Amino acid sequence: MRIKEHPILKFDFSKKVQFYFEGQPMYGVEGEPIAAALHDNGVMVLRDSINLKRPRGFFCAIGHCSSCLMEVNGEPNIRVCIVPLEAGMRVNRQRGKGELR
Amino acid sequence: MLKETGIISEEELNKILPDEERRKKGPFAVVECVEEIPCDPCTAACPFGAIPPFDNVNEVPSVDFDKCNGCGICIALCPGVAIFVVDETYTADKALLKLPYEFVPLPGKGEMVGCLDRSGGEICKGIVVRVQKHPSKTNIIWLEIPLDFSQKVRNIKLK
Amino acid sequence: MIRESEMLVVGGGPAGMMAALQGLDNGIAVTLIDDGIEIGGQLIKQTHKFFGSEMEYAGTRGIELGKMLKEKLFNYDNFTYLGKTTATGYYEDGVVTAVREDKEYMKFRPRVLLIATGAAERPLAIPNCDLPGVYGAGAVQTLMNLYGVLPGKRALMIGAGNIGLIVAYQLLQAGTGVAAVVEAMPCIGGYLVHASKIRRSGVPILCSHTILDIQGSDRVERAKIVKVDDNWNPLPGTEKWLEVDLICVAVGLTPLTDLLWQAGCEMRYVSELGGEVPVRNREMQTSVPHIFVAGDAAGIEEASSAILEGGIAGLAMARYLGAPMTDSEYRENSAKYWNELENFRGGPIGRRILEGLKKVLEH
Ligand SMILES: Cc1cc2nc3c(=O)[nH]c(=O)nc-3n(C[C@H](O)[C@H](O)[C@H](O)COP(=O)(O)OP(=O)(O)OC[C@H]3O[C@@H](n4cnc5c(N)ncnc54)[C@H](O)[C@@H]3O)c2cc1C
Repeated sequence: MRIKEHPILKFDFSKKVQFYFEGQPMYGVEGEPIAAALHDNGVMVLRDSINLKRPRGFFCAIGHCSSCLMEVNGEPNIRVCIVPLEAGMRVNRQRGKGELR
Repeated sequence: MLKETGIISEEELNKILPDEERRKKGPFAVVECVEEIPCDPCTAACPFGAIPPFDNVNEVPSVDFDKCNGCGICIALCPGVAIFVVDETYTADKALLKLPYEFVPLPGKGEMVGCLDRSGGEICKGIVVRVQKHPSKTNIIWLEIPLDFSQKVRNIKLK
Repeated sequence: MIRESEMLVVGGGPAGMMAALQGLDNGIAVTLIDDGIEIGGQLIKQTHKFFGSEMEYAGTRGIELGKMLKEKLFNYDNFTYLGKTTATGYYEDGVVTAVREDKEYMKFRPRVLLIATGAAERPLAIPNCDLPGVYGAGAVQTLMNLYGVLPGKRALMIGAGNIGLIVAYQLLQAGTGVAAVVEAMPCIGGYLVHASKIRRSGVPILCSHTILDIQGSDRVERAKIVKVDDNWNPLPGTEKWLEVDLICVAVGLTPLTDLLWQAGCEMRYVSELGGEVPVRNREMQTSVPHIFVAGDAAGIEEASSAILEGGIAGLAMARYLGAPMTDSEYRENSAKYWNELENFRGGPIGRRILEGLKKVLEH
């Protein structure tokens, strides 16, 4: 969900782009972190933990904690909290450590 | 008390209010900032010099109520959103409260709103007399409230 | 290719930006690398007005302050900014490595280096603290204040320090409810004016309380809080479940010092400054002569002090590089910052910082 009205800030959501999460089309704002777009779409689980397979989401938002590693355009271990969204991106939940191709 | 709850005590409040005589003369600022913190814009904010400059930026502000005329310029310039202006001479049984407000939506002029005390509980109703927009986005709500609640109401709740 | 440069600044928060400005002002070419999407560090998320005095731009909202510093920097021709760039290592030959946009590998060999990497939030170790919906306070700010995404419907804030109190207020401004702020200490740690702001909006601040458990299938659905005694032991019978979908963790920050460690700077553990921090002199120079430090990386404090420390470091770095200034000019300008810092630290909160500094500041 987006903030519609804010007492201090003005947001510009106009640069809408389509991307895919697990093959499903979604919309986000170009240039915002992929994680922000996913959150707006209600996607909270970003990957499974490596050993116990527990659901993992957003956490630090500064690219430090590894909680949000996802597969983007086939590449694993992308820190979606600091990687900007681009049109057409294919974003998938990461299972395990991810495979380098 | 304040250190545990965030609510200023009666005793602390009495220390920052002017005396009875001054209260009967017209509006005055209530600077609810009683802790030593590194912050001093209020001292420069008052065009009448009613909040004297500090020697050290951590000093607690004081108000010279002979100089303060309750104009309210300091309200939007306090980074701590801690200054209110109260006029207990507004009418025979009503006070005028000016409070800083940083939420949306803003109330409309003439609107009846819930009046909240320092713990956020609704204690009475009040009428918005004016909404003073400030370029820094700390807007000021002018609120007519029952006189008995003049030192209790510190926030509003819209319907 | 190794990029030879005069001054390299790692971290574009208030400390790094201010140091860069000082360098540029003295005719030094400055390269600044920052891993964020936007320059500004913590400032770009701070919607509230900052405290302090005129010299630290008191009364200005953090976001505005960030913009002001940025505009000043981009006025200089000999300023190079590399955003979305993470400094990844420091090598014996003085080379700093970095990765730009997860694609380009870069090497720098600066004559003088500032580490102004800021701090990282501490996590909270309780059952299910890894569930989606348990976020750092800074992360919550990123979602709501930078990108306009509501982080949740109803939040529980852990920690009543300044960050917890401020972010609770910002959540209310964004339209997220705040069920409570819990604080394990018997008193509120942050400024009381920040506490009063959320209190009068109806948010309870529960001191001597902590969070015990979190439940939810694949995201946060509720949290169990409990009253604790003076030794932080839970008091039986005081447990309470709160229906929340967001748990915001604001239990403190740790300086980000990886590069300082790699460079072999002498480090000491100083609890008042938030953890392991570098030994430095009054020029903000570390034990490795061409490496300087400023801001939260040197000790957790505030943007106001980060600005002043950045000024001190930037000036000293310019002199280190031989910028034209007389000794007396240098001393006078540096003293301006130091006097202001001492003034700023002259209260009860600053006293703790000063205690900490005694352990790492060498004369
Ligand atoms: C919620 C909140 C409210 C606050 N309110 C106030 C306030 O009212 N007043 C006040 O004075 N202070 C306030 N602060 C504190 C203030 O924001 C910080 O003290 C200040 O930002 C520290 O500045 P800095 O430049 O040291 O670090 P930061 O602002 O943290 O900047 C560090 C930068 O370095 C980057 N970085 C880190 N590692 C690397 C790397 N390896 N490579 C490249 N870049 C890297 C980071 O991404 C970041 O951009 C608040 C902080 C928070 C979280």
